[in-house]
Amino acid sequence: MIRTREQIIETFLLISAFITIFTTVGIILVLAIEAFKFFREVSVIEFFTSTEWTPLFTQKHYGILPLLSGTLLTSFIAILVALPIGLAIAIYLSEYAPKQFRTYVKPSLELLAAVPTVVYGFFALTVVTPFLQSFIPGMSGFNSLSAGFVMGIMIIPIVSSLSEDALNAVPASLREASYGMGSTRLQTAIKVTVPAASSGIVVSVILAISRAIGETMIVAIAAGQQPRFTINPLVPVETLTAYIVQVSLGDVQHNSVEYRTIFAAGITLFVFTFILNSVSHWLKNKYREKYE
Amino acid sequence: MFTEAEIMDLIMTKDSKTEHLVNDIIDKPVEEHKITTKNVNVFYGDFKALKNISMKIRPFSVTALIGPSGCGKSTYLRVFNRMNDYINGFRLEGKVVIDGVNIYKDKIILEKLRKEVGMVFQKPNPFPKSIFDNVAYGLQIQGMKDKHFINERVETSLKKVVLWDEVKDDLKKNALALSGGQQQRLCIARTLAVEPNIILMDEPTSALDPISTGKIEELIFELKNEYTILIVTHNMQQAGRVSDRTAFFYLGELIEEGLTKNIFLNPKEERTENYITGRFG
Ligand SMILES: Nc1ncnc2c1ncn2[C@@H]1O[C@H](COP(=O)(O)OP(=O)(O)O)[C@@H](O)[C@H]1O
Ligand SMILES: [Mg+2]
Repeated sequence: MIRTREQIIETFLLISAFITIFTTVGIILVLAIEAFKFFREVSVIEFFTSTEWTPLFTQKHYGILPLLSGTLLTSFIAILVALPIGLAIAIYLSEYAPKQFRTYVKPSLELLAAVPTVVYGFFALTVVTPFLQSFIPGMSGFNSLSAGFVMGIMIIPIVSSLSEDALNAVPASLREASYGMGSTRLQTAIKVTVPAASSGIVVSVILAISRAIGETMIVAIAAGQQPRFTINPLVPVETLTAYIVQVSLGDVQHNSVEYRTIFAAGITLFVFTFILNSVSHWLKNKYREKYE
Repeated sequence: MFTEAEIMDLIMTKDSKTEHLVNDIIDKPVEEHKITTKNVNVFYGDFKALKNISMKIRPFSVTALIGPSGCGKSTYLRVFNRMNDYINGFRLEGKVVIDGVNIYKDKIILEKLRKEVGMVFQKPNPFPKSIFDNVAYGLQIQGMKDKHFINERVETSLKKVVLWDEVKDDLKKNALALSGGQQQRLCIARTLAVEPNIILMDEPTSALDPISTGKIEELIFELKNEYTILIVTHNMQQAGRVSDRTAFFYLGELIEEGLTKNIFLNPKEERTENYITGRFG
């Protein structure tokens, strides 16, 4: 009786696992097939070198660079915000704060990640942009600066939480050695703990970047929908994700080249985040070996 | 304040101007004890880990702290560089005086104290940095920039621990690649590079093989000429070999302290004798 029940549960778990794998494979397959169809009609060279992305206009250009630059620019601004703040929080929590304080602060910080991204998007558009405009005169209503900044706030917990885990994993004996030689807490943090946890911190940053690159709602709302090959943070841009949303919601005819552009953009996005996640995974394993 | 040569110089010239100075120096009582603890109680929360410990330690001596596990040896050792301060609920009563300074009362700078009172830990704990950077670390955090000076100090420190010949061609190598015994000698070199007066060692050979242990014991014997050393050890032979005086702790109390020879051959207390002869422990 118990054996059959165990068997049923086991089969159920196995099926669940298969469904997950099957779904992932399915998504990748659809992406690949549609992207392949896209590249039968658009040259790969144009895709990677043209600096214009105008598939929905009469004068069609299929250069991914503007979307890519929009994505990288907003993510770069985000990480510029999240890395120093996140790392400072992590160092404070692991090296200075009393243990009880840490147990309260960590979950509250993680709440930042639980705020719906549409709220962040509106915050960027209706609060941050007007605020910045008050002392940056030429700033557009849609721009990568506000979107990137707010996205940076959103990913702070990814950096702080994972970095703090990495800092905590540094053996206490190293801190003792450092204190024992007359280092201050700050010296110990900067010269011993952070370097010893560096691979874990890098992992946290990569995952945060990966999250920023994939973020859709904030950039779709606050960064604009104008593909533009630029590094100027004050003008409207469009990210890969925002473009996909724009086309998905629009009335582009299915099975057309215009429609397939979203798969081309999608697979570009996928390759990026896949590489980032693989690197972080590889680093994490390497890092785990270090103290064992 | 004055080197021996300078004092000799003053005595030899001995003109009227310096005479009073000479007398001052000669009359000044020799500081007989480097470290004094008086009625020290240590608490971890409600738990009393050290009970009324009073002890005096002479300069340039090796004092062994022995006793069964959990009797408070490490706690006592870490009193001298205030390493217990980081433990939640830690509290100390009594007087701990080093070079005339009450280190728990007077306004002292912890970082300065620890430059004077170095520590070597039970398990070798080199930083995951190069051999050179490990030894140079103490100077670097003090803001020393002079490369030449640092190089020299690294070399003399590594020579003192007899590690120089083994690593001199490869100072850039990661310290974690060294053997356990080499790592521990590196940790001692790292401590010496800061030029402390006092070195605390908490079972420094318990994680090492007999050959490495022998090397470190020889080293301790040498270091005694320049430093005041306190060493916690579980190994009776080790205490016998390296120490001048021995203190026996039991359940947070200092049972007996005296010349190592006397503690081992004629202990006054039965508990000491029982421990030394291996009847409990
Ligand atoms: N961080 C701590 N918190 C609470 N109690 C502790 C702590 N460290 C040590 N103790 C207790 O204090 C006593 C002395 O410990 P310790 O000094 O480490 O002994 P020893 O080095 O002689 O083995 C032990 O009973 C131990 O359980
Ligand atoms: Mg101990």
